[in-house]
Amino acid sequence: MKAAVITFPGSNCDRDLVVAFEGAGFQVTRIWHKDAELPEGVDVVGVPGGFSYGDYLRCGAIAAKSPIGGAIVKHAQRGGYVLGICNGFQVITEMGLLPGVLMRNATLRFVCRTVTLNVVTTDSAYTSTFVKGQQIRIPVAHHDGNYTIDADGLKRLQDEDRIALTYADNPNGSMADIAGILSENRRVFGLMPHPERAAEALHGSVDGAALFAGLMGGMALA
Amino acid sequence: MKARVTVMLKTGVLDPQGEAIRHALGSLGFAGVTGVRQGKVIELELAATEAATAEAEVKAMCEKLLANTVIESYRVEIL
Repeated sequence: MKAAVITFPGSNCDRDLVVAFEGAGFQVTRIWHKDAELPEGVDVVGVPGGFSYGDYLRCGAIAAKSPIGGAIVKHAQRGGYVLGICNGFQVITEMGLLPGVLMRNATLRFVCRTVTLNVVTTDSAYTSTFVKGQQIRIPVAHHDGNYTIDADGLKRLQDEDRIALTYADNPNGSMADIAGILSENRRVFGLMPHPERAAEALHGSVDGAALFAGLMGGMALA
Repeated sequence: MKARVTVMLKTGVLDPQGEAIRHALGSLGFAGVTGVRQGKVIELELAATEAATAEAEVKAMCEKLLANTVIESYRVEIL
C-alpha cells in the first residue's frame, strides 16, 4: 500500500507521520505543497499536523487552497483515503472533505497532553482494530480543536455513525466531545489527536500504531 | 481601487476571544460592556476600475478563501 505525506510550510509532524506509516508497512512518498499532482497509485494521503502557512487567515485555510490541495480533493473524490491529523484535520475541513470547522479552544489555551479517547465506531479501516467503546490513549497538542457544526450536521454525523473518536474528558470544548470524524464513504478521517505520537513503545502508548495497522489491513480488504 | 472586507463570526456562533475581551474590559472597570465580538478586517488593492466588477471579484474571494461561510459572514465595501 502506498501513502503520500504532504509537507506545507509550517508542517512539523510530517516526518513523524512518515515513520508511523512506514511502521505499519506503507511505502511512503513525501510530497511538497507546490506539487500539483500526487504520484500514481497513491492509496492514502496523510495531511500532517503543524502550523501550515503560519495559521494565517484561519488554521488550514491557505493550505486547503495550495497547489497540492486540489489534487488531494480529487483523490478523495475518486474514493481515495485521506487522513488529516490536527492541522491536517483543519486543512481537510477547509477543503470541504469533512463538514464543520475547528474553532479556537473554548479555554483559549493551547492544550498539550495525552488524552483518553472513546472509540465510538469501528466501522472504518482506521478504527477497525479497536473494539467499540474501547478507550485509547493518544496525545493532543492544539490551540484550535474546538469542533463546531450546526445542529443538523451534528445529527447527520451521529445518525450515520461518522463520529469515530470522542474525548473522555473534553480538553477544547468541541461539540459532542468530538475528537475525530469520518466522511460519508468512511475513507476520509480527520482527528485532532496525534496517533503518530503514540506509535512506538518509547512514546508511552502504541494505540496510534493500531490505527495505522488498521488502515493497512482495512485498505487491503477494500 | 481599494476594497475592505469585514469578516465576523455569524450570530449564534460562540466567540471565545470576544468573551475573553469582554471579561478583560470588565476587570478594567468598564462595567457597561454587555457583549464583544471579534472579527477581522482585510484591505485589498485591486486592479479593477469599475466598482461593480471589483465588488463581484471580492465577493468571489470571500466565498473561496477570505471567509469560512460555515461560521463566518462577510461584508464588502468598495472604497
